Amino acid sequence: MRPITMERVEDTRKQILDTIESATLTHEQKVTNLANLADSLLEVLDLPEGLDELLNSEGDAKCICDLFEGHAPMRPRYIAPDYEKLLKEGCEYLRLPAPTDLMEALNTLLIFYKHVPSITNYPVYLGQLDELLEPFVDTVDEAMGRKLVKNFLMNVDRTILDSFSHADVGPRETKIGYYIFDAEKELQDAVPNISMKYDADITPDHFLKAAVECGLACAKPSFANHKMFVSELGERYVIASCYNGLPLGGGSYTLCRLILGNIAKRSKDIADFKEKQLPYVMDIMARYMDARVKFEVEESGYFDNTFLIKEGFIEREKFTAMYGLVGLADAVNILLEKEGKTGRFGHDEIATQLGVEIMDIIDAFNQNHEAPYCEVTGGHYLLHAQVGIAEDQGITPGVRIPIGEEPDELIDQLEVMSHFHKYFPSGTGDIFPVDMTVHANPEYVMDIIKGSFQRNLRYLSFYSSDNDVIRVTGYLIKRSELEKLDSGVAVIHDTTALGLGASKNGHILERKVR
Amino acid sequence: MKATVVKIIPFSCVDGPGNRTAIFLQGCNINCKYCHNPETRGPKNPEATEMTVEEVMERVKKQVPFIRGITVSGGECMLHPEFVQAIFEQAKPLGLTTLIDSNGTIPFEKYPELMAVTDGVMLDIKAMNREDHIKITDHDNDTVLANAKYLAECGKLYEVRSVIVPGLYNGDKNADALIEFLEPLHQLSDFRIKLITYRPNGVREEYAIYKQPSKVFMQRLGERFREHGFEVVIV
Repeated sequence: MRPITMERVEDTRKQILDTIESATLTHEQKVTNLANLADSLLEVLDLPEGLDELLNSEGDAKCICDLFEGHAPMRPRYIAPDYEKLLKEGCEYLRLPAPTDLMEALNTLLIFYKHVPSITNYPVYLGQLDELLEPFVDTVDEAMGRKLVKNFLMNVDRTILDSFSHADVGPRETKIGYYIFDAEKELQDAVPNISMKYDADITPDHFLKAAVECGLACAKPSFANHKMFVSELGERYVIASCYNGLPLGGGSYTLCRLILGNIAKRSKDIADFKEKQLPYVMDIMARYMDARVKFEVEESGYFDNTFLIKEGFIEREKFTAMYGLVGLADAVNILLEKEGKTGRFGHDEIATQLGVEIMDIIDAFNQNHEAPYCEVTGGHYLLHAQVGIAEDQGITPGVRIPIGEEPDELIDQLEVMSHFHKYFPSGTGDIFPVDMTVHANPEYVMDIIKGSFQRNLRYLSFYSSDNDVIRVTGYLIKRSELEKLDSGVAVIHDTTALGLGASKNGHILERKVR
Repeated sequence: MKATVVKIIPFSCVDGPGNRTAIFLQGCNINCKYCHNPETRGPKNPEATEMTVEEVMERVKKQVPFIRGITVSGGECMLHPEFVQAIFEQAKPLGLTTLIDSNGTIPFEKYPELMAVTDGVMLDIKAMNREDHIKITDHDNDTVLANAKYLAECGKLYEVRSVIVPGLYNGDKNADALIEFLEPLHQLSDFRIKLITYRPNGVREEYAIYKQPSKVFMQRLGERFREHGFEVVIV
C-alpha cells in the first residue's frame, strides 16, 4: 500500500466530521459516506501512467470518471443473483427453506435482499419478479395475492433506500405482472425501478397496455427490447440499476466512463480526436478498469468468501464490466465547431455521421481490448451509455440529445437515436415525458415502443409530465421529496439528493414534453 | 393531383386509435362558432402549402413503423375526396389504417371508391336539433345524420364527436337526443363517443364568450352515454 500525505488525511478528517454533522443526510446515508471516505485513504491499485491527470483533474481536464467506486473495490459494482435458485432451493447460509406459498416466497426475497451488496450497498437487482412469483400465485386467493404483492413493494420502497434498485417483468404475460402494475399505480413510489422486457412475438398487447398505463401513472416500468438483449446476452440476462443489461447470476465488477466532451476539448480537430486523444484516453481507462477488476477478483476476497458464491447464487465466471461513456453529443458539437462546420447533434446528418464514426472507434477499441475475468462476454467489456451524475454540468448523458435541444418532432429524435442504441448491450436509453392527453390513448405509446424496437432502439422510458414520480436520468424520484430535500429536510432515499443535483445541473425537469 | 395542406403532425395521440400521422387540409364549408383553427377555413392560408399526393406520402412514410395509421382532417377534408382517396390508396399497401375526420356535411355515400379504402370515419355531430346545428355552424345537419346512419350500416363509423359548449345550446337535452338517435346505430356498429371540452383559446375573439364546461359536468355527461353502453372518451 502506497503512503499518502498528512494534508490528505486532514482533509478527509474534515469531510468525515462534516458528514457526521450533516442535517440533510439520514443515518444510513452517513454510514455509506463514511465508509467511502475511509476507502478514499487507500492506495492499493496498480494504476496506469497518465491516469491521475485524466481522472483527478477538475472541470474540462477531467476525461475519465470512476463514479465514486473508491480506491479499493471490495465487491462488484452490480450483483444480479439467481433468485430462481433461491425460491427453488432456499438458502443454507440464511437458514431459509424453499418457500411453499406466496407469503413465504416474498418473505424469502425480502430477507435475501438485505444480503446482496452493490456499489450503493443496496441490491441493484431484485429479480424477474413476475416469473419468480408466478409459480406461487395460486397459493392464495387473488385479493390476498394483490395485498401481499403491494405490501412487498411498499416494504422494498421503505427499506431499500435507493432507486437504483431494479425489478424486471415480462416478456411473458403473468398474473403477478398485473398485480405489480396495479399496486405501483396506487403506491406512487420511486423504488423499485422496473423494466418490462418486451417482445412483440411473446408479449400480448393487453399486457403491454397494462404496463404503459402503469408507466403513465407512476413513471415505470420502462421498456427493454427483449429480442435485442437476448441476441447479445442470451436468455439469462437482467436489467439492473438504471437500465443496465447484465448476465444473470453475475453482474458487473466496475463501471468507469469516458467524458467525451472533455476529450474533444483537448483535441485540435477531428483527426486529432480520432487518432490520438480518444485512443490515448480509452487505453488508460481500459487499463484502469483492468486494475480494478483484478483487485476485486484477486485481492479483495469477495469471490472467495461470500455465501452468494458458495451456494451458487452468483458465479465469478458470469461477471463482466461496463466500459462507459457520456457526452457523445458534446464531443460531436465541439469537434464540428473546431472544424468550422455547422451542424448540431440531434439535428444534422453530418453530426449523426460523426457520432457514428466515434462510436465505431470506441466499439472497435473495446472489441480489441482483452479484459481480465470477462469470459462471459467474450473477454471484453460491455459498452455502456452512462446517464450522468448529479455533479455533471454541461455533460450530456450517454448518447442522448441534450435537454433543451431535442428536435421538435419525436420521430426525428427517435431516428437519431436509432443509430446509437445498438452499441450498448450493458445499457442506454431515452426518456420521454408525455402530455396527459395520452392517458386516453395508451396505444399511442404502445405504437412508439413497437416501432422503436423494430428500428433497433434498445430501451425507452415514458412518464406523465405532471406526475409526482418522475424519471431523473435512469432512476426515479418523487418530486414532493425533491422539494422537501431542497428546503433542507432529510429524505429517505439517497437518490433524491442525486435528483436534486440533476434538476439544478442537468435540467431534467425541462425535457421536451411529447 | 394537389391539395392545400395546412400541416402534417407526424405523431398524433388525439386523431384516432394509437399513434397516427394527421394530415390537415385547407378549407371548410361550415362556420363553427367555436372553431379552434379559423385560419384553416378559407381557401387560402399563408401557413399552408400546395402539396401533391406523393409529397404528402413522403412525409407519412418517415413515421413507418412507429404509426399504425393516418388520419385526414381539416378544414373539411371531404371537400377534397379524390385527394384523400389517392392518399389512402397509397397508405394501404404500407399496412396503415385510414381514418377521415369530418363535419359530416358531405354525403359519404356518393364516394364508394373512397369508402373502399377508408377504415373509419370520425364524425362530428355538433347538435341533434336542426336549429341548434344551424346556430352553431350556419349549416343544417340533415346530411350529418344521414351520414351517421350510412356509416354505421357499412361498419365505418369509428367515432362520434361532440364539442360541449354550455350557453351555445342545451347540452343535457342534446345528449338525450343524441343517445336516442345513436342507440339503434350502436346495435349495427361498434363506435365510441368522444366528448370534447370547449376551450376558448384559439377561438375567434367575437365567439370566445362561452364558458369552458367543468370536469364534473363533462364526466356527468359521459356517464349518461356509458349508461347506454357506449364507450366514452372525454378530452
